Amino acid sequence: MNDIKKTTEQLAFMSGAVTSRCMGCGKCTASCPAFDRMEYHPHQFVYMVETGRIDKLLASKSAFSCLTCFACVERCPRMVEPARLIEAVRLAVERQQGGNRLLPDDVPCVIDDDMPQQAVVAALRKFTK
Amino acid sequence: MQKIGVFVCWCGSNIAATVDVRKLVEAAKHEPGVVYAADYQYMCSASGQQLIKDAVANYGLTGVVVCSCSPRMHEATFRKAAQSAGLNPYMLEIANIREHCSWIHKDVESATEKAVILMRAAVAKVNLNVSLTAGKSAVVKRALVIGGGIAGIQSALDIAEAGYNVDIVEKKPTIGGKMAQLDKTFPTLDCAACILTPKMVEAASDERIRIYSYSEVESVSGFVGNFTVKIRKKSRFVEEDLCTGCGLCAEKCPSRKTGNEFNLGMDKRGAVYIPFAQAVPKLAVIDPAACLHFKTGKCGLCAKNCQAKAINFDKKDEIVEEKYGAIVVATGFNPIDPSPFGELGYSRYPDVITSLELERIMNAAGPTGGVLLRPSDKAHPKKIVFVQCVGSRGLRGCDKPYCSKICCMYTAKHAMLIREKYPDTEVSVFYIDVRTPGKNFDEFYRRAVEQYGVHYIKGQVGKVAENAGKLVVHGSDLIMNEQVEIEADLVVLAVAIEPDESARKLATMLTASMDTNDFFTEAHPKLRPVESPTAGVFLSGVCQGPKDIPETVSQASAAAAKVVGLLSKDQLTCNPCVAHSDELLCNGCSACEKVCPYGAITYQDKEVNDHGKREVRRLAFVNEAVCQGCGACTVACPSGAMDLKGFTNRQIMAEVDAICR
Amino acid sequence: MQVEKFTPKIVAFCCNWCSYAGADLAGTGRMQYPENVKIIRVPCSCRVNPSFILRAFQRGADGVIICGCHPGDCHYTSGNYFARRRMTLLFGMLDFLGIERARTRVEWVSAAEGARFASVMNDFVQKVAALGPNRRLGDLRCRDSKEVEK
Repeated sequence: MNDIKKTTEQLAFMSGAVTSRCMGCGKCTASCPAFDRMEYHPHQFVYMVETGRIDKLLASKSAFSCLTCFACVERCPRMVEPARLIEAVRLAVERQQGGNRLLPDDVPCVIDDDMPQQAVVAALRKFTK
Repeated sequence: MQKIGVFVCWCGSNIAATVDVRKLVEAAKHEPGVVYAADYQYMCSASGQQLIKDAVANYGLTGVVVCSCSPRMHEATFRKAAQSAGLNPYMLEIANIREHCSWIHKDVESATEKAVILMRAAVAKVNLNVSLTAGKSAVVKRALVIGGGIAGIQSALDIAEAGYNVDIVEKKPTIGGKMAQLDKTFPTLDCAACILTPKMVEAASDERIRIYSYSEVESVSGFVGNFTVKIRKKSRFVEEDLCTGCGLCAEKCPSRKTGNEFNLGMDKRGAVYIPFAQAVPKLAVIDPAACLHFKTGKCGLCAKNCQAKAINFDKKDEIVEEKYGAIVVATGFNPIDPSPFGELGYSRYPDVITSLELERIMNAAGPTGGVLLRPSDKAHPKKIVFVQCVGSRGLRGCDKPYCSKICCMYTAKHAMLIREKYPDTEVSVFYIDVRTPGKNFDEFYRRAVEQYGVHYIKGQVGKVAENAGKLVVHGSDLIMNEQVEIEADLVVLAVAIEPDESARKLATMLTASMDTNDFFTEAHPKLRPVESPTAGVFLSGVCQGPKDIPETVSQASAAAAKVVGLLSKDQLTCNPCVAHSDELLCNGCSACEKVCPYGAITYQDKEVNDHGKREVRRLAFVNEAVCQGCGACTVACPSGAMDLKGFTNRQIMAEVDAICR
Repeated sequence: MQVEKFTPKIVAFCCNWCSYAGADLAGTGRMQYPENVKIIRVPCSCRVNPSFILRAFQRGADGVIICGCHPGDCHYTSGNYFARRRMTLLFGMLDFLGIERARTRVEWVSAAEGARFASVMNDFVQKVAALGPNRRLGDLRCRDSKEVEK
């Protein structure tokens, strides 16, 4: 239970989204092009984070269906910015899985000449803590 | 030396819970000049006031300090009590230990310490107080109403009925305002014109009411009871006393390119026009921007055809100056432009319209003669979608943070009227919340749902797009947790309302304060809702906040009652805390005259006796009836001759000393 | 040695029409700000004579703040503009004399801005407290001998 509270706070911190501002108009969900592929929809993300019921969110694949088109951020009249929140949920899921997926020692064998240097650095940043 | 009494109020537990009142009383007894100190539960009550009166009599008090709530709340109460005890009312000062101390602090010890210091500052000030006598100023028995919509008309009618003269200044060529553009009014579905136009005619025919139409307030000076207002009468290029309003000129005018403002640009008018058939005053007006005569020097068809010879292309703006005792602000509102909400496609699709545009389309005098036809192809729309809260309750730059209050009800009205007149039409309404507080309002909305079968969908519209020549509304249905797509022939946006843009300029002229949304602020949000904090300025209608017609009319009548109360007095008591120049110190430099915003300071040659030396000097002289007591001159004065009664340099210094001690 | 927490003495001049009412609203809304702010009511911010501020610093104030109506909203039309010009000059001079710029401030607070009043006061007190006690312009005769020795 405590873990959930902590993760909820973390979500708010990472996204910068102020969920309490939401007035439940549903404009984000109305604007969402990925609606059909989502189990939970943008307005539900906001509501579930606001009420601290995120276990279902973290277990669902919905966050990964978001196209990050930012239509909801653009149109939300209350500046709640649901897409940023969804991105934060994705990150939280990633972090919970934990562990490094790419060890520094493995890096040389995946590098080829076509891979840009930036991608290597980015991969290290992303997959190591 | 003063004999001062200090009275500490508990204000029930409001003060006593955080400030140790006993300790405060003990501390007061040691202050210089204090001969008596007491505390009581409610100082402002009759028995509390009696306590002050008795102490004045028993201890021969010459000054009183009350430690209580803000002086803005009860200074007048306690000064009256002091006066009835035979004391000069200006020998009383208040130490604000509630709003500025007990309510904002939690720790008893430090709050008590602060209260002691505030009491000390007040005692130090009273030690230097002197008796002041208030002057009187005459009240001009005429009121000005700015804005000629239903709010302004109602206020003017009520003031006139009480027997006072009143002028209406309206910037448009006709009075009537937004209500004249409406078709029907909720919740009774009366025809707006049927209830408004008789009032317009009544206002025009009342001999006590003078209407300055097509006029604007240019400047305001003076103060309560005696405002001087300059009004610019814009030129109509038509002689008002000759024009009969026959409309022949409008018929003959060859220009037909300008959008008709009354129908929100949905049809065209000539360069010379009469705003609408029931306009008051019914006079033609020439729009020089559209008129061929002004553009090319030719044409002049209107002048040739006018039987009354009323057209005068050389007519100029006129400035009139009038004096008023009171001013009512009734500047009203405008619907916002929904173009910035790109997803709703207002500027892209002609069949996305605002509610006020629908109002004109539904109106028998409107561009379609009252037949519901959509703008693009003049076809009967079979599927209509309403979108509520467009621009209201949002935080983005183009949004208004407030609820516009009237949209829920007028949307229900539109939906109901359409379903009644065209039962084959399908009507859906996207809403966030339906807000219907008001007598018979919720019943009205329920009737739209239950009796007229209007589909209410809880959710907002994400976008309005076009697909194969048809409008498609993408929205959400939050109860079903679904996305919905509805084909629509017509989309109606219930846009937010905002104060008229003239209000900001006017507020500066009147020195009346506004909130962050440019609505005028009231003197007290609950107890003085129709008065502005600036004395003599009253508020009527939407200029103070969103409201519907019944509320506007009640506020208009309330403002009128306040105006009548003011005008019924022959004289007003002036503020005695005015500037005063010391003859012996003044060197006649004119520094004070230059900073005075009221022109209250003049110079006179006067003989003075300066320690036995008699000579004639040029001296500053303050007109006490005109001085408002701001104190700008006191700081400008290089010789320290100018001082402000009630807030003298010595008094404020004494307060500073007491606080820093 | 026990170090006592420094609480600065703050004098606030508030105009009767906007800021004093704003302070009242802060009270009505129970918005906390430090006890060491003491408010003096003046009819208008233009009533504040620079000598009042000098006097306050002379008598041991650590900070002085003047609050008036927002530009354009002055009850007396133009008083706050006078205050702004006068105080710009005065504060520049005080800075020259060694009274830090952060100890003096002019703020606009309307009658509707209770929350703003509280936040302005909190911020001001915090900034002044960070500077420590004001020692540069104190009348030495007004201080007790112990403090002079320091």
